[in-house]
Amino acid sequence: MILHCVQDDNRYLMKPDVVGKQGAWFYTDAVKDHFFNPRNFLHGEPSEFDWNGRGQVGSPACGDMMYMWIKVDPATNRVADLKWKTFGCGSAIASTSMMSEIILRDGGMTLEAARKLRPQDVMAELGGLPARKFHCSVLADKALRDAINDYYFRSGQKEKVEVEAARMVDSVAKVTDHDIETAVLDGCDTLEKVQSRTKVGSGDPSCLAAAEELVRFYREKYFG
Amino acid sequence: MNFSYLDHASTTPLDSRVLESMRPYLEREFGNPSSFHMLGKTAHDAIESARESVARCLGARSSEIIFTSGGTEANNLAILGFARANSAHGKHLITTAIEHHSVLGAFEHLAKKEGFEVTYLGVDEFGRVSAAQVEAALRPDTILVSVMMANNEIGTVEPAAEIGLRVKGKGLRDFPKFHIDACQAVGALEVNVVKLHADLLTVNSAKIYGPKANGALFVKQGIKLEPLMFGGSQERGLRPGTENVAGIIGFTRAFEIATEERALESARLTRLRDELIAGIKSVVPKVRLNGHPTERLPNNANISFLDIEGEAAVLYLDAAGIEVSTGSACTSASLDPSHVIIATGVPYEVAHGSLRFTLGRGTTEADIKKVLEVLPGVIEKLRAMSPVKLDEKYLS
Repeated sequence: MILHCVQDDNRYLMKPDVVGKQGAWFYTDAVKDHFFNPRNFLHGEPSEFDWNGRGQVGSPACGDMMYMWIKVDPATNRVADLKWKTFGCGSAIASTSMMSEIILRDGGMTLEAARKLRPQDVMAELGGLPARKFHCSVLADKALRDAINDYYFRSGQKEKVEVEAARMVDSVAKVTDHDIETAVLDGCDTLEKVQSRTKVGSGDPSCLAAAEELVRFYREKYFG
Repeated sequence: MNFSYLDHASTTPLDSRVLESMRPYLEREFGNPSSFHMLGKTAHDAIESARESVARCLGARSSEIIFTSGGTEANNLAILGFARANSAHGKHLITTAIEHHSVLGAFEHLAKKEGFEVTYLGVDEFGRVSAAQVEAALRPDTILVSVMMANNEIGTVEPAAEIGLRVKGKGLRDFPKFHIDACQAVGALEVNVVKLHADLLTVNSAKIYGPKANGALFVKQGIKLEPLMFGGSQERGLRPGTENVAGIIGFTRAFEIATEERALESARLTRLRDELIAGIKSVVPKVRLNGHPTERLPNNANISFLDIEGEAAVLYLDAAGIEVSTGSACTSASLDPSHVIIATGVPYEVAHGSLRFTLGRGTTEADIKKVLEVLPGVIEKLRAMSPVKLDEKYLS
């Protein structure tokens, strides 16, 4: 299985993106292993799992949906156990499985360390994903953050909750920072491409400077 | 491992008879059909003979057949070429929401960049567009109507002849003209340009066990087209460039075989297809057939499996030696799910969970049995991993 990796600042992305509608995805052996033998997914009902934090992201309408349940040990603040369920493609399943394995290693990551784990780190351990599939791996990241927030909320530590509220960037075209984030994740690496995808600036041209700033921010956050 | 290739709507293997017909033109008979020596003349005569044969299969005249590099080029030549040559007569065009991307792309370009207005007709829950709908959309300035004969994704067969009749309006008016994308229909349905009332018709080789990147456009006598390329007189100036002789010969042989074997092969495929559909419905719960139950291509079974995502299923089946495709967003370049399934009015989730099985000449009972053995386990495993439990109201 040949890994098509390009040594540039997008180290974790595989190029060229050779996939078409009926094409073959060049998945690494690690991705295939996690995809065919996913670790830590929840068999059965959540009520059967002893969890104290729950996260949810996405919807089947956009093709990806993820639920995650964590069991945090309050004494050590470590993630003692983690289970997930997903409606998603091979990349989403493999990414979540790999992430769950990373989180639970060596007795489990502390919540602080878990919050520092990035999608790029998961992709590195998988040996890379096709560029177009990067956003699938972000799903697990967001579900985990949601679950960690939920744990803090339920355990009365509301001050530790980190909320990513959507900020309106173009109030006329109704484009939020989340929309720009999604566009960048989907491969729109310039302001022009983001504009074409989200129509930001079409309603309120004065917001373009802020939009460009966000494009740079998200590019560095996810691809830096 | 033995592979069950069930993705014939994407492309087909080259038939050995087709390969044999091409061999001389890949070896000794390498002449340029425009050359004046014997070698050139042999090549020229071969493609003219091929042209006659394709014309006969379609019920057309030899002079009405233009060889192209495939269905996409033929569709673009038909749509862009016709619109540009006839814009003085009007700038309104009609097509459907479920056409192949090569048709939609051409219309989109005309609308965005060349000042045309395009009406996209919707379809019913089975993906059918009606002749009445087409007629209702006609305007005095409509110059072209384009409707596919059968859909490549969900297999639905459109009432093309009936639509053609209405579009032509008893022959009393000059416009609009009628284009049919028949790429998926050859070998499955009778494709006769007279019975279909077609002025332009696209066929291609890759779906009928011929060489890829070959096809043809039927252009009825009297239809004016602007070429897409310039610089030679081949194909009556409509498609300049030294001809792909071996490809044309192969495509023609494939067309002849498909036409000759159509009746028997369609009956055989219909039986296998229906066995597959009934079989899947009986061993896998919560499934939905996409497209029309009876007015559908003999080889097409497009089924949505609720609560799971298509790409994951395709990969699991591939590992088990079964090759299919999906309408899920995750496998499309644009990250949009199948526009065809969405156009039939089902939610995105149902499109995401769709698998397309398209049978072919090499498909046997054994392949069907293999699918029915492997599929339930795959779907069960993916459903165990999935948090989604869609309402059964989406089932049919």
